[in-house]
Amino acid sequence: MKEIVIISGKGGTGKTSITASFAVLGDKDVVIADCDVDAADMHILLQPENAKSEDFYSGELAIIDQEICTQCGKCFDVCRFDAIDVKNGIHTVNELSCEGCGYCARVCPVDAITNIPLNVGKWHIANTRIHQPFVHAKLGIGADNSGKLVAQVKNVAKEIAEEYNRPYVLVDGSPGVGCPVVSSLSGAHFVVLVTEPTVSGLHDLKRVYELVNKFHIPAGCIINKSDLNSNKTNEIKEFLISEKIIHLADLPYDEAFTVAMTDCKTVVEFDDTKLKQILTETWNNIKELIK
Amino acid sequence: MKIAIASGKGGTGKTTLSTNLASFLAKTYKVVLTDLDVEEPNSALFLQTELIHAEDKFKMIPEWNKTNCTLCGNCQDVCNYHAVIKIVDMIMVFPELCHSCYACSELCPTNSLPMIKKKMGELKHFKTDSFDFVESRLTIGEEQAVPLIKQTLKFVDERFDNNTYKIYDSPPGTSCPVIEATKDADFVILITEPTPFGFNDVVLAIETMQELKKDFGIVINRYGLGNNDIENYCDKNNIQILAKIPNKREIAELYSKGELLWDKIPEVKSELGKIVSYLKSHV
Ligand code: SF4
Ligand code: SF4
Ligand code: SF4
Ligand code: SF4
Repeated sequence: MKEIVIISGKGGTGKTSITASFAVLGDKDVVIADCDVDAADMHILLQPENAKSEDFYSGELAIIDQEICTQCGKCFDVCRFDAIDVKNGIHTVNELSCEGCGYCARVCPVDAITNIPLNVGKWHIANTRIHQPFVHAKLGIGADNSGKLVAQVKNVAKEIAEEYNRPYVLVDGSPGVGCPVVSSLSGAHFVVLVTEPTVSGLHDLKRVYELVNKFHIPAGCIINKSDLNSNKTNEIKEFLISEKIIHLADLPYDEAFTVAMTDCKTVVEFDDTKLKQILTETWNNIKELIK
Repeated sequence: MKIAIASGKGGTGKTTLSTNLASFLAKTYKVVLTDLDVEEPNSALFLQTELIHAEDKFKMIPEWNKTNCTLCGNCQDVCNYHAVIKIVDMIMVFPELCHSCYACSELCPTNSLPMIKKKMGELKHFKTDSFDFVESRLTIGEEQAVPLIKQTLKFVDERFDNNTYKIYDSPPGTSCPVIEATKDADFVILITEPTPFGFNDVVLAIETMQELKKDFGIVINRYGLGNNDIENYCDKNNIQILAKIPNKREIAELYSKGELLWDKIPEVKSELGKIVSYLKSHV
């Protein structure tokens, strides 16, 4: 079983549309994991039906029992996250600021503070409209620990792939370079970097590749909207050569992606489009590369 | 006035709007633009800047000093993030897991875990020809954006008074980093695209702002593309649409070169004008 992770550093480069296209092309060979748990979109194209949903708990939240609290202020003194509010001498925990470090509970002289496990979201196993296993999740509003939820989504997808002998796990990775994308990348066999020829596209590609490089994962790159700015496209190509990143494909600027999306479909489900041909070749190429 | 510009996901035009709005407002007002998307800061790419100040930003982590340590194991017990562990006769710290809560350090009976500074990123203060610009950049390999966002906000608050328009280019999403970035804002502008992805993401962002009880409005970018779901949703739920930036290849090309739009494309200028008059009359 091989794990292919598609990332882009920033959003809006077409990462999810491309991942969903590979999912359709991969058909019964793939299990899909949507690790963009903060702003998941792939379900729009693959229309999954949830078969199993579970709450996800991670981290803790401090709660003060006002019946016991003597309002001594010790918790306020130790909290480094400004998460103890004091109003008219009453100490309460600010839920959005509390990081669940547990320090306050350890110093409270009368044991008025308990730490409760925090529900940070839900994860689901679903069937896509073309009958593939699809694991996805939704992080609660303002929740922390998205890295752990990402790890959970990936682990479940891997278990399914192993159990049902699916050769590929296709991961729609998280944005940025922080904790969720680190979780998306860990254990990957191949990374597909999706970028666009804009100043920010190239900038983000370089930053996210620095991270990929730390993990020593082989990488390939798709340049989307490649005809938008040929100078930038050339700069990206030079960067790919200098870093020995495989140049997988150039996709033209084409509103077909948006048209397909508006239809809740992927571009590869429309006949004889240029994009379909390039994406099919690219998918076959990736399979060869990770053999 | 503090204005945060956010979106459910990246790539919808957050940075385009932030840089153009800052530059447009700076014709008349004092403005500071702050890039809080510390994982992928992009605003600088669209501005001609002159660096006037740079500083490293640190987080605090414990460092083991073995001289007096009795190996009691208390530090391992109090750390909720498994960032400090005892292995045989050693105490090991995992800096990237540490949330800097100080518990292990202050509760160590022998003061063997003093907190020390560890670099997590860099803050830079620039001048453009018409406004100030502050950016922070998370060091690759650091996993937590929130502490750096907090320190950046503090820097801006200390240096600029309340007569300044403070514009914050926020991180994408609906989780901790964006909450931190929008927490103190007087008004939040959510920018989105009229596509199914854009609709899905902006509804999440709207729900987040409603939960935080924030005053907010919507800007639709690449207007004319996709469908009308967002407009219908906003109409039905009484949500203010502040402006609509048209879908034009010309705009995409200027963006790709890292150029500002409002001085070159009249529609962009007039839409920015609408945002500013709304802000002036309502906020
Ligand atoms: S430390 Fe305990 S008793 Fe003191 S104010 Fe906090 S909760 Fe109340
Ligand atoms: S658990 Fe930690 S962050 Fe939360 S209130 Fe207590 S000391 Fe503050
Ligand atoms: S709490 Fe202090 S004395 Fe105890 S093991 Fe940790 S460092 Fe050593
Ligand atoms: S400071 Fe807090 S989070 Fe960091 S190692 Fe110590 S107990 Fe753990």
